[in-house]
Amino acid sequence: MATPLTLKELSKKEDRFTHGHRMCSGCGAPIVVKIAMMATEYPVVVSNATGCLEVSSCISEFTAWNVPWIHTAFENAAATLSGVETMYRSLKKQGRFDKDKEVKFIAFGGDGGTYDIGFQSLSGAMERGHDMIYICYDNGAYMNTGIQRSSATPLGADTTTCPAGSVIPGKLRARKNLTKIMAAHDIPYVAQASPSHWLDLAKKIQKAHEIKGPKFINVIAPCNRGWRSKTNDAIQLSRLAVNTCYWPLYEIENGVTRITVTPKEKISVAEFMKPQGRFKHLFSPENEGLLQRVQDEVDREWAKLQKEAKTD
Amino acid sequence: MKAKGWRDLPPGSVVLEGGSAVKFKTGSWRAFRPIWIEENCIQCLFCWIYCPDMAVEVKDGKRTEFDYDYCKGCGICALECPGRKGQKAIVMAEEGK
Ligand SMILES: Cc1ncc(C[n+]2csc(CCOP(=O)(O)OP(=O)(O)O)c2C)c(N)n1
Ligand code: SF4
Ligand code: SF4
Ligand code: SF4
Ligand SMILES: [Mg+2]
Repeated sequence: MATPLTLKELSKKEDRFTHGHRMCSGCGAPIVVKIAMMATEYPVVVSNATGCLEVSSCISEFTAWNVPWIHTAFENAAATLSGVETMYRSLKKQGRFDKDKEVKFIAFGGDGGTYDIGFQSLSGAMERGHDMIYICYDNGAYMNTGIQRSSATPLGADTTTCPAGSVIPGKLRARKNLTKIMAAHDIPYVAQASPSHWLDLAKKIQKAHEIKGPKFINVIAPCNRGWRSKTNDAIQLSRLAVNTCYWPLYEIENGVTRITVTPKEKISVAEFMKPQGRFKHLFSPENEGLLQRVQDEVDREWAKLQKEAKTD
Repeated sequence: MKAKGWRDLPPGSVVLEGGSAVKFKTGSWRAFRPIWIEENCIQCLFCWIYCPDMAVEVKDGKRTEFDYDYCKGCGICALECPGRKGQKAIVMAEEGK
């Protein structure tokens, strides 16, 4: 069943997420979605929390989804999909669904829909043990409604609800580590991925589909509108996020942590932040301390992860 | 293409045709146009995998032309293209010039 993960082979497949969607030019989210959708041969049913991806991929009768797809409210992508997955199991048990046909389930949610407002339904679905993958595309704010801060917004970032100015220097709180929180649910598979490392992302999706039970994958998804960056740099920025260890690539399988990509050289987090207007103010002298705090947080988390990780 | 009125839509907002967004062409959004320089292309397919708009056509595992009906001109493909010997196989040009 496994798709050979080479670009040549993958390019021969029909798109499960098509062009004609209306995400902004250069948005990172559709890159995440297309890779996730092509990494398996299984029939897949998708649920999607409201957010940029949801509102821009299905407008009136135009849908970019070439698989069964359910729009859900902002807060319940995981709950909706857990219901669908339960119905599927029930129908199979009753003999009303082809017993040899295996269907997989994926929920997509933005960081607002996952870290914040959909967290309860996500936590519940994972605890109940539903056989599904939840994929968060994390662009670090409520982008669809105009760049409001979320609990995934990085320390020091400028958003419309934590505007950098004379009163505060952007967000005063560090981001919450949702990947680790999901790992604390003791589910069989948790991972962090990036579209820049397409093969690592595709492998994680493929692996997750083969594991029974709840899986969670957090994927960084640059948003040039909210990050105040260029339309061409989604891949470059997500690669910098990995190489600065701001967004380490790792997986936790049955409690065992493995770093899947170790940067050849860990570079300063400022390299990731400099091209982004949302961090511009951190490069003025009065915010030197805050910039250092961002670096310290990254270093601390990376050291912690290395300590936890099994070295092959 | 004429947009449907709400009376023409199936009840419950069910869309019956998968991938129907292909009928909506996003190429008119483009301010910059990627241009493929075939002799510099090493067929790595990075442009294809990283394009957010599935606007790089590949046939039998080989990259062919851009699909300008959908390309939004973001420039990701041009930035990621390794090209041959430091010569890019994709360059961006201002649209309409
Ligand atoms: C209960 C509820 N509150 C508010 C909204 C308005 N709303 C729609 S999308 C959105 C932001 C989504 O943010 P995120 O999940 O991070 O996705 P993004 O837009 O960044 O891709 C908000 C606040 C809503 N649809 N439902
Ligand atoms: S606002 Fe950001 S996340 Fe939303 S479609 Fe545009 S680039 Fe993508
Ligand atoms: S410019 Fe952007 S949308 Fe156009 S082909 Fe290149 S990556 Fe795709
Ligand atoms: S990224 Fe450049 S070299 Fe690679 S296939 Fe595309 S055009 Fe050719
Ligand atoms: Mg978001």
